[in-house]
Amino acid sequence: MKETPWYIDALQKGLIGGGAAIWLALIGMVTRFAERTIIQDVVDLGHMLLLAIVFVIAFAAAKREYPAIITVLAGAVTGAITALFLLLLVLLGGVINLRAMFINASPELYEFLSFGNLALLPLIGAGTGAVAALFRFLPTRIRTAVLTGFAITVIVGVLSDQLLLIFTNNGLADYFRWLLAAKGLTIIGAGIVTLVVAIITYINTLRGERRTTQIARPVTRSWVQYTLALLALAVLLYLPQFLGAYHSQVMNQVGLYILMGLGLNIVVGFAGMLDVGYVAFLALGAYTMGILTSPEGFLSQSYGAWNFWEAAPIAFVVAVIAGILLGIPVLKIRGDYLTIVTLGFGEIIRILAISDWLRPYTGGAQGIAAIPPIAIPGLFSISGPDKQQKLFYLILFCCIVAAFVATRLKRSRLGRAWMAVREDEDVAEAMGINLVQTKLLAFACGAAFSGISGAIYATNLGSIYPHSFGLLISVNIVALIIVGGMGNIWGVILGALVLVGLPELLREFSEFRLLVYGAVLIFMMLQRPEGLLPDQPQALVKEDSGGMQPAA
Amino acid sequence: MRRRIDTTTLVMWLIGILIVVGVGWGTYNTIRANPYSRENWIDFVIFGLAQGCLYALIALGYTLVYGILRMINFAHGEVFMAGAFTAYFVAQPLFDSGFLTAQPVIGLLLVALVAMATSIVVAFLLERICYRPLRNAPRLVPLITAIGASFFLQYTFAGFYGTGVKTYPDIPSLTGEWDIFGIGILKTQVVVIVSAVVLMLILWLFVQYTKTGKAMRAVSEDKDTASLMGINVDATIVRTFILGAAMAGSAGVLYALLNKQVQFYMGFQPGLKAFTAAVLGGIGNVPGAMLGGVFLGLFESVGPSLFLEGLKIPAPYQLKDAIAFTMLVLILIFRPTGILGERLSKKKA
Repeated sequence: MKETPWYIDALQKGLIGGGAAIWLALIGMVTRFAERTIIQDVVDLGHMLLLAIVFVIAFAAAKREYPAIITVLAGAVTGAITALFLLLLVLLGGVINLRAMFINASPELYEFLSFGNLALLPLIGAGTGAVAALFRFLPTRIRTAVLTGFAITVIVGVLSDQLLLIFTNNGLADYFRWLLAAKGLTIIGAGIVTLVVAIITYINTLRGERRTTQIARPVTRSWVQYTLALLALAVLLYLPQFLGAYHSQVMNQVGLYILMGLGLNIVVGFAGMLDVGYVAFLALGAYTMGILTSPEGFLSQSYGAWNFWEAAPIAFVVAVIAGILLGIPVLKIRGDYLTIVTLGFGEIIRILAISDWLRPYTGGAQGIAAIPPIAIPGLFSISGPDKQQKLFYLILFCCIVAAFVATRLKRSRLGRAWMAVREDEDVAEAMGINLVQTKLLAFACGAAFSGISGAIYATNLGSIYPHSFGLLISVNIVALIIVGGMGNIWGVILGALVLVGLPELLREFSEFRLLVYGAVLIFMMLQRPEGLLPDQPQALVKEDSGGMQPAA
Repeated sequence: MRRRIDTTTLVMWLIGILIVVGVGWGTYNTIRANPYSRENWIDFVIFGLAQGCLYALIALGYTLVYGILRMINFAHGEVFMAGAFTAYFVAQPLFDSGFLTAQPVIGLLLVALVAMATSIVVAFLLERICYRPLRNAPRLVPLITAIGASFFLQYTFAGFYGTGVKTYPDIPSLTGEWDIFGIGILKTQVVVIVSAVVLMLILWLFVQYTKTGKAMRAVSEDKDTASLMGINVDATIVRTFILGAAMAGSAGVLYALLNKQVQFYMGFQPGLKAFTAAVLGGIGNVPGAMLGGVFLGLFESVGPSLFLEGLKIPAPYQLKDAIAFTMLVLILIFRPTGILGERLSKKKA
């Protein structure tokens, strides 16, 4: 194949970069993110995002195969072209009123895009592009270290006001004056964080390389691991006191998603059935809890309202039964059809909950209110100003139990059957796996986790509405599983922290939440379909008593 | 293989029989009580036909792509939305300048062209960025990508044009009713039905009689053999996406004529319904998608009043979406090949 000359390639990449930058500008993301300062008086998230695009595109255009000078030139040209597109957008916006169509094409956007001085814009682009090209000359290890350093600094910078809030609440703010300014990080703080993280990453990659040269040994649990686990538990137990009510609430939200994620992970990750109607089980759990415990529920009027502990097992059982009932019809359906059918189920449950038909039971669009908090009469109650902190312990407990159950299930005979079904249904059946039983158990287990989280969700909010159980939640959970790594329990936790925790903390993120989810799903499927923390099937083989050969 | 009846089949048949009995009982009750006049029923049918034609147009996009790539292009509803939403920004100025009132046919054609062009650009990018690199990936991978793309497109357009509802202008010459065979039908409904039928006819002729259409059919039969016969498979796939997108874009304008309001979320429900229609008719089958769309539209429009009301369900119209989804589930269980389909859904699983 004939090589494309570097300038053509640079032009193409510049076009892509320009398109991406204009897209970011017109959906209003950059201006919204500009409110978030990363380093005080230096850079905000919006500008950072644009520069990052230029950087990535220029890095891609600057290939190492070229002579050194051409590499730098390619980077600079690509960066300049990308910047040129923004310049054109600003100039065009000055001539015609783009705002009639694109609501974000405001004078503030143009002001923002000009980076202070419009004429300098292509120069800034070229400069960033050249830096990106120079980055090509660094050894991979140093490159990774520097990039990780920058990434962590950006994350710390983004979260800086949350950190400041937490530290201030605990009287620690004075110790962190060097790091946190009133808005964003201080320049020195950012430098120190970048440097420290880069050095740690560098040392880690060195050690990692040495480790891979050794023969992998089966994991044995040593006292070190137990101590670490205990330490982690101690930190987790102290966490809500340290975080305060607001951040505990965010953690609770993350916890509920971890719980649901662990459940859906059984269906999607273990058994390989992509269920996008998972929210139905959450809704069933929540509604069961609402109907049984709220004085408004239709059963409470004749039999009296129950408390949480009486209703939770019922919610659990209802979810399991629903899981089996919804599982039966889809047993014969495979792959993408199954996905659409589960989507349909989720919608049917929501439509039924809103409808006037079931209004006497579910409260129609008004939902069910006055769900009492979780309490043991006379002993304690999860309510009052520190409700979220108390709830944290319950959710943490549920998550640990769920994670334990999921781990054991995964390594059980059933877990192996699920994975066999995931890999190839026909072969699994030929090997003597009962498909009906295996699939239904996957649905039932998955639904059980969700039923419990629905029950907690209902008591936490105190009232439930059908509108809270939209497709969005299902997509949320699917996204966090895929990002974290299908089939991996740690992946679910990581995914929930990143995809649920971050948007909860940052208002301007939550506006673009689904947009980012969509982009993340596409990106992950294209670049890393196994997720951030991929599941390692060979560990399963190693732990077996032998006789089983790993699949080639 | 010996055929034996297992429990799940039995349970499924029980569910099926229960639903059929329910529908029958409801219909019987409604007919006996007779709460609607003849005009009411005709209104329901015409409304269902118009709605069904829209579903059919969108369903063609699903079916064409499924026929060739064996994948559900979940983001097709968003292709439809992109066209209708963008064309609003042409329709409104055209109306303000008086052009749309003076020359409704040319004006509407212009609007439709813009909608089609936008849809085509979106579908083209979708195929290029999201689907082409994954052509040989496991089946769930492109589906997840498609779901991601669906949300990505929705919120991209929400970011571009805002989350508010935009109302298409009322064209004076298309308001009111026409009297056809003594039945008063809304003019917009007539326009929608006629243009949808014409478009579907064009598409059918295109697929049957042009070289590209033949190539498309060949690729959908067997990609490798087609490429050996000198067919450019990539180009054919792109053309299929473009064809489906053009149908979706024109459906977008017709939708806007019928329902007036457009917004970023408008693609989801019609997309899902159109998929149901495609499955109903037999996915991968072009006439099937048309038939399925019309059938679904009629069922959805007549169904609630016909059998849900007879079952004493209050406000049955709220449940019309549930009817469509229930139908989808039932077809996939009892006849996954659809009404006309001969392709098995399992064939390439």
